[in-house]
Amino acid sequence: MKILVCISHVPDTTSKINFTDNDTKFDTNGVQFVINPNDEFGLTRAMWFKEKQGATVDIINVGGPETEPTLRKALAIGADSAIRINTEALDGYQVAKELSAVAKEGNYDLIIAGRESIDYNGGMVPGMLANLIGASFVNTCISLEVDGETATAIREIDGGKETVSAKLPLVIGGQKGLVEESDLRIPNMRGIMMARKKPLEVKEPQGAEIETKAVSFEKPAPKGEVKLVSPDNLDELINLLHNEAKVI
Amino acid sequence: MAETADKKDILRGGQFLVKETACEDVFTPEDFNEEQKMMKETVKEFVDREIVPHKERFEHKDYALTEEVMRKAGELGLLGIAVPEEYDGLGMGFVSTMLVCDYISGATGSIATAFGAHTGIGTMPITLYGTEEQKRKYVPKLATGEWFGAYCLTEPGAGSDANSGKTKAELSSDGKTYKINGQKMWISNAGFCNVFIVFARIEDDKNITGFIVENDPSNGISLGEEEKKLGIHSSSTRQVFFNDTVVPVENMLAGRGEGFKIAMNALNVGRIKLAAACLDAQRRVIDMGVKYANERVQFKTPIAKFGAIKSKLAEMATNAYASESASYRAAKNIEDRIAIRLDSGASHSEAELKGVEEYAIECSILKVAASEDMQNCADEGIQIFGGMGFSADAPMEAAWRDARISRIYEGTNEINRMLAVGMLVKKAMKGHVDLLNPAMAVGEELTGIPSFDTPDYSEVLSEEKAMVAKLKKVFLMVAGSAIQKYGPELEEHQQLLMAASDILIEIYMAESTILRTEKNVKRFGEDAQKEQIAMAQLYLYHAVDIITQKAKEGIVSFAEGDEQRMMLMGLKRFTKYQNQPNVIALRNLIAEKVTSENTYPF
Repeated sequence: MKILVCISHVPDTTSKINFTDNDTKFDTNGVQFVINPNDEFGLTRAMWFKEKQGATVDIINVGGPETEPTLRKALAIGADSAIRINTEALDGYQVAKELSAVAKEGNYDLIIAGRESIDYNGGMVPGMLANLIGASFVNTCISLEVDGETATAIREIDGGKETVSAKLPLVIGGQKGLVEESDLRIPNMRGIMMARKKPLEVKEPQGAEIETKAVSFEKPAPKGEVKLVSPDNLDELINLLHNEAKVI
Repeated sequence: MAETADKKDILRGGQFLVKETACEDVFTPEDFNEEQKMMKETVKEFVDREIVPHKERFEHKDYALTEEVMRKAGELGLLGIAVPEEYDGLGMGFVSTMLVCDYISGATGSIATAFGAHTGIGTMPITLYGTEEQKRKYVPKLATGEWFGAYCLTEPGAGSDANSGKTKAELSSDGKTYKINGQKMWISNAGFCNVFIVFARIEDDKNITGFIVENDPSNGISLGEEEKKLGIHSSSTRQVFFNDTVVPVENMLAGRGEGFKIAMNALNVGRIKLAAACLDAQRRVIDMGVKYANERVQFKTPIAKFGAIKSKLAEMATNAYASESASYRAAKNIEDRIAIRLDSGASHSEAELKGVEEYAIECSILKVAASEDMQNCADEGIQIFGGMGFSADAPMEAAWRDARISRIYEGTNEINRMLAVGMLVKKAMKGHVDLLNPAMAVGEELTGIPSFDTPDYSEVLSEEKAMVAKLKKVFLMVAGSAIQKYGPELEEHQQLLMAASDILIEIYMAESTILRTEKNVKRFGEDAQKEQIAMAQLYLYHAVDIITQKAKEGIVSFAEGDEQRMMLMGLKRFTKYQNQPNVIALRNLIAEKVTSENTYPF
């Protein structure tokens, strides 16, 4: 089985978020980057397939050279080789288009992406990618088994779960549940040393058109002070909600 | 990895005192390569996952948990970092070894101790002194965590005076085995180890001899109860009794009578690694301290906003930054020195031994400085937490108790202080470090007319660098005169040696801090390093104070009349700032950064 895992390079969840250039650009200064958590669940599941059923695991990312440490970490965890498409990731369609060229060429049986990346949370790439390469698609995937040419996946739906079966090739938008947090792997020292020797191919982009542009970003207002209102003073509560918070 | 410009040019141990180091020639934590950064993240993740959630169990004497975590560390390859690849280790350089030791030791002293005892003094004597057969037999097991090691040197009557042990090794009549009898105490990892490195005396030898002894209760080996200790509650510490324990002659380490040398060299490595083991522990205490200070509200204000707390956070961060700067500077010197030895055809073990031995002075300096920084950090950590800090339910109490042992083991800080100066004097006698000429130059400067020029200190950190150069003169003046006065009997004047040692320590720490910052200012710009510049200045300010006090103490003890007056005048001249630093403003700047980032951000 040939597996391709899409790896987004995203700020650590505890990072402080700031913007520059008149609130049009994310300020990466001092930010620690990690493998997108949804992708890491997928990568870990891919390692399971590799070890239990036999598979090769390639990883791919659309981004500049600054994303390579994230790819190296995925290699240290156990992926076999990495591809970086050398262009800044600007919107979902562009990323999906760039990925699709490699995905088609590589004849992958299974393409595992995260449901969404935790930076811009677009959530569009896996679906678009599946469409562009004509593969089946299961989103919000929380369990995945493969038997021969058929995959059985469980997806989270509103208030429950849905079990679907699909023919390979398949693209999934994965999340926690594919594996649990306790299954996530810390790269071992030998893996880190080996990662240096594994192939990391840099491909020039197709030049996919960019359809959207971020005009500006805005941070939520900082949390204000909590005001405690006595239960006997409902008038005051209504007054505050109406005149100050302006929510009623 | 940032390569040192010319490896032949790297400073020899102790030479920092008489030669100027260019900032480009020091290695800093900002020079970690991609692989080292990944190792750092891996170890931090390991600690956050395997140790932090179980902090409470570590405080309740859960020795099995320590063993379990050590085994998991072995699975990740963390126990074999320094072990050559042919013995199933990873054969990584000294900086990487320090880095792993640094980050694995951050959350509990119990693991710091078990890790240090196993990888350092439990494994290294075999990798460094073992025969090929001994290495093949034991090292792969130790490097992977299949087996654990412990080091049996200390006895009830032989602590700091390690060569005075009473444990005996007696050769059998057929010449095939030794019979070991004796009692060892404070043996870390004793409860779960498979191999002991045991030091014993053969007949009436002047020096002790090392043996590799497998832990087999049926071979006359028994253990005392777990010791009741102030800290490191889940580090197994027991007495080990050898009662007619039979050891094959081929298990002797190195030659007969070479045990003391092995013991001392293993301790050199142990000392610098202990300094590393005090680094992440400081970072984590600062993290917990600042988070608490940002959340704890008194007088309707988060206490982090109060000057009294800011001062603590700034000083804690500054000391942590200084101990990082000096530890990794020395680590890279050792790595480069090992590489030079390997290039010239030395075996791995010979290269490593000589490489570390070369910097034995720095190892002692770092052991003392980092362990005391750690203790102060934890102490102020408690203070920031106030009453809560005194409670075992809050994290500072354990950090403080665990920190305490670091000032004692691997040679007490008192022994290490005296060793640092003692070794320097020996190096000078051997001609490895020229102290005499610089000391004479200082002597001439003292009797000459001081320059009245006003130096140009407009460049960033230039006054600080000039100050360090002057502080080196203070050491040369005090130590040089003391050697002249007392000759070999200087050894008897321990208080004077300790004072000289404090001067030496402060010089090395302050210089390392300044050089790291200068290097980073050149790379990342002054604005990006403004807090680091402040820390270098703040550290130096305290160093100048300590040095002034210690030098005075020394001078007055051995010089009288005109000589004393002249030296005190010199001291004044060598510790004088042109621009007095505003330490309150420096602390505010540093604390602002720590509190706004809500972590130790450097």
